[in-house]
Amino acid sequence: MSDVASRVKAIIVDKLGVDENEVTPQASFTNDLGADSLDTVELIMEFEKEFNIAIPDDQAEKIGTVGDAINYITENAK
Amino acid sequence: MELKRVVVTGLGAITPLGGSVDELWNNLVNGVSGAAPITRFDATNFKTKFACEVKNYNPTDFFDRKEVKKLDLFAQFAMIAAEQAIQDSGLNLETIDQDMAGVIWGAGIGGLQTFQEEVKGYVNGGAIPRFSPFFIPKMIADIAPGHISIKYGFRGPNFGVVSACASSTNAIADAYNLIRLGKANIFITGGSEAGVNEAGVGGFNALQALSTRNDDPQTASRPFDKDRDGFVIGEGGAAIILEEYEHAVKRGAKIYCEMIGAGMSADAYHLTAPHPEGLGAANVMKSALQDNNTPVEAVDYVNVHGTSTPLGDVAELKAIQKLFGEQAYKMNISSTKSMTGHLLGATGAVEAIACILAIQNGIIPPTINNFELDPEIDPKLNLTLNKAQKRDVNVALSNTFGFGGHNASVVFKKMN
Repeated sequence: MSDVASRVKAIIVDKLGVDENEVTPQASFTNDLGADSLDTVELIMEFEKEFNIAIPDDQAEKIGTVGDAINYITENAK
Repeated sequence: MELKRVVVTGLGAITPLGGSVDELWNNLVNGVSGAAPITRFDATNFKTKFACEVKNYNPTDFFDRKEVKKLDLFAQFAMIAAEQAIQDSGLNLETIDQDMAGVIWGAGIGGLQTFQEEVKGYVNGGAIPRFSPFFIPKMIADIAPGHISIKYGFRGPNFGVVSACASSTNAIADAYNLIRLGKANIFITGGSEAGVNEAGVGGFNALQALSTRNDDPQTASRPFDKDRDGFVIGEGGAAIILEEYEHAVKRGAKIYCEMIGAGMSADAYHLTAPHPEGLGAANVMKSALQDNNTPVEAVDYVNVHGTSTPLGDVAELKAIQKLFGEQAYKMNISSTKSMTGHLLGATGAVEAIACILAIQNGIIPPTINNFELDPEIDPKLNLTLNKAQKRDVNVALSNTFGFGGHNASVVFKKMN
């Protein structure tokens, strides 16, 4: 597992209070991991902080799964 | 329109005197102080280094980790107290009319800790605005009744009440009046507060409102004592189930007592100081007793606001003597803040419970820590000094007063 993937997963486990093995690349934040709209906003903010990036709102809306987040960050992190 | 009768059918409390109503009552009757050195933050540089904290509190004993993150401590105390009261009431949440069940909750401040952390994060984070999306919904004082309504599906009247240290008394008063008017059958009401943090203690210290008796915290809250030097800040939550009388009888509820009055008034005098003659305080008690034409001679017990501040305690007793006349010498008066400390917006609900249980148990909880009575105070008043007293209590009244000059009183009566 890449460094980005493990850091992303750690944030999700912490913020959503879910079990690590639920955090698969296909898992949807809202449908599978019990996040509501505020949780999702918080996750995006935590990714921004952890990876020192800014995720524009129109991009953030497209990040719906764990895999989406890992891919976006891998492509955009400095 | 005939007004409905209102009864008390459930109680809940998490306070500096313990995590349940039973512990609260036992410690009140036994004259136990809830004060101790502050553990919630490093108070080394603060003028006051002690408080009445909820002891050994661990949020994950009550909530899962994800919930904890969304609940400021004041809202956690609200949820815990409400749950206890619902359990105690024996209400069947499946069968009640949820549109006629409401929540009115008092908090003088709300999520002060959350506010402090978020602003600190902004300042220390290079002024980049990365506020949590939970910042506002954790902080706002009305979020506690919001959370409670979501948990129990109560879709009736729902709001928060803010009148500083009178908040939860005002909340109880509103719930009572809405039941009388037929707007709801059931309310979860009460209040909670969590101000033992840097901003809370520092802020009240700046007002010179807090006792600084750091060498002896347990005797610091000493209402009516000659050497009182301010209040002791407390935290916690207390909940009361108010119910329309017929509704309670129909379901065979355990009824603690009847609520027969609620008064509200303002001093219209000063931001933080009480009216020196207790004008607003006398008016609010009078107004509360008028709801059911209760004569002053019927009152057995007044649980005073009595915060242990030099001005407040004297002004309140003046108001009592003015309103009650001879009865002031016949009834019991006590300040349970001598034990619980001052729970700010939650204090009214805690003291309402003290009144309700005084009626139920025939015991007046004491005013502890009286070493030498303030010579300005009439020694013929029965301030229930230092030891609980047995007394058959038919009617009990609780006062609370808040910064801003808000006054609120509630009256409870034994069921006939």
